[in-house]
Amino acid sequence: MTKSEYENVCKKHFGDDFFYKLNNAKVAVAGLGGLGSHIAVMLARSCIGTLHLIDFDNVDISNLNRQEFYLQHIGRPKTECLKEKLLDINPFLNIITDNIKVTVDNMESLFSDEKIVCEAFDDPEQKAMLVNGLLSLFPDIKLIAGSGMAGCADANLIKTRKVFRNFYICGDEENGIKNHSPLMAARVSVCAGHQANKVIQLILDKGV
Amino acid sequence: MVKINSKFVDIQNTSLQEFIVNAGYNINRIAVEINGNIIPKNKYGTTQIIDGDEVEIVHFVGGG
Repeated sequence: MTKSEYENVCKKHFGDDFFYKLNNAKVAVAGLGGLGSHIAVMLARSCIGTLHLIDFDNVDISNLNRQEFYLQHIGRPKTECLKEKLLDINPFLNIITDNIKVTVDNMESLFSDEKIVCEAFDDPEQKAMLVNGLLSLFPDIKLIAGSGMAGCADANLIKTRKVFRNFYICGDEENGIKNHSPLMAARVSVCAGHQANKVIQLILDKGV
Repeated sequence: MVKINSKFVDIQNTSLQEFIVNAGYNINRIAVEINGNIIPKNKYGTTQIIDGDEVEIVHFVGGG
């Protein structure tokens, strides 16, 4: 398959306007767990031009209950494994990987080229650190976070809420991983879908 | 009156830090915006909530 063959199929499916906007867009995904791995797959299928994947971890057997990885990936960096999978979906996708833990100190250099970022960490303190840091450093960055998707409560409780000017939260904002409420593939994927859809809306409605 | 998370609250002469602690938030799991500006964590103690302010506090729960 050549690049032009692939693009023609995309243009036929999405229409020229959607295709060019999506294909010119770049999105960063911070955290490649149940949220981030699904977000990246959905964006790869939506003709996003460039994805920036950030995670420090290796794939573990305990990830298989909800994340887009397979037995063959265990023990390898999530960034690498997901990159391979995404290129199997779209071989012409540009992928930047950073196999690193995001900290207050490296945040500025990691995200300096980004206009749209998905927060997809597991730990609530990491989530807060990224949101506080990015919104302080880059007031115009569009940030879509996930909070509250554990267990098997009604999926309709998961919503997308515009919180600040360029900051959105997807989730029910209540059901965390405490209280014996495990993360489960279905509900985590619903939340990931909300985040990916908000990214697509932002790209198509306003351009970036 | 001050608007906090869309609800009117009658508070006066309170720092953001005091309000957050009294309301039971975990300071390491929140993000706060006042009148459209994100407030860095190291400014919570010196930021006074004053009449007419619109405060939005987001509290993150774990999972991803």
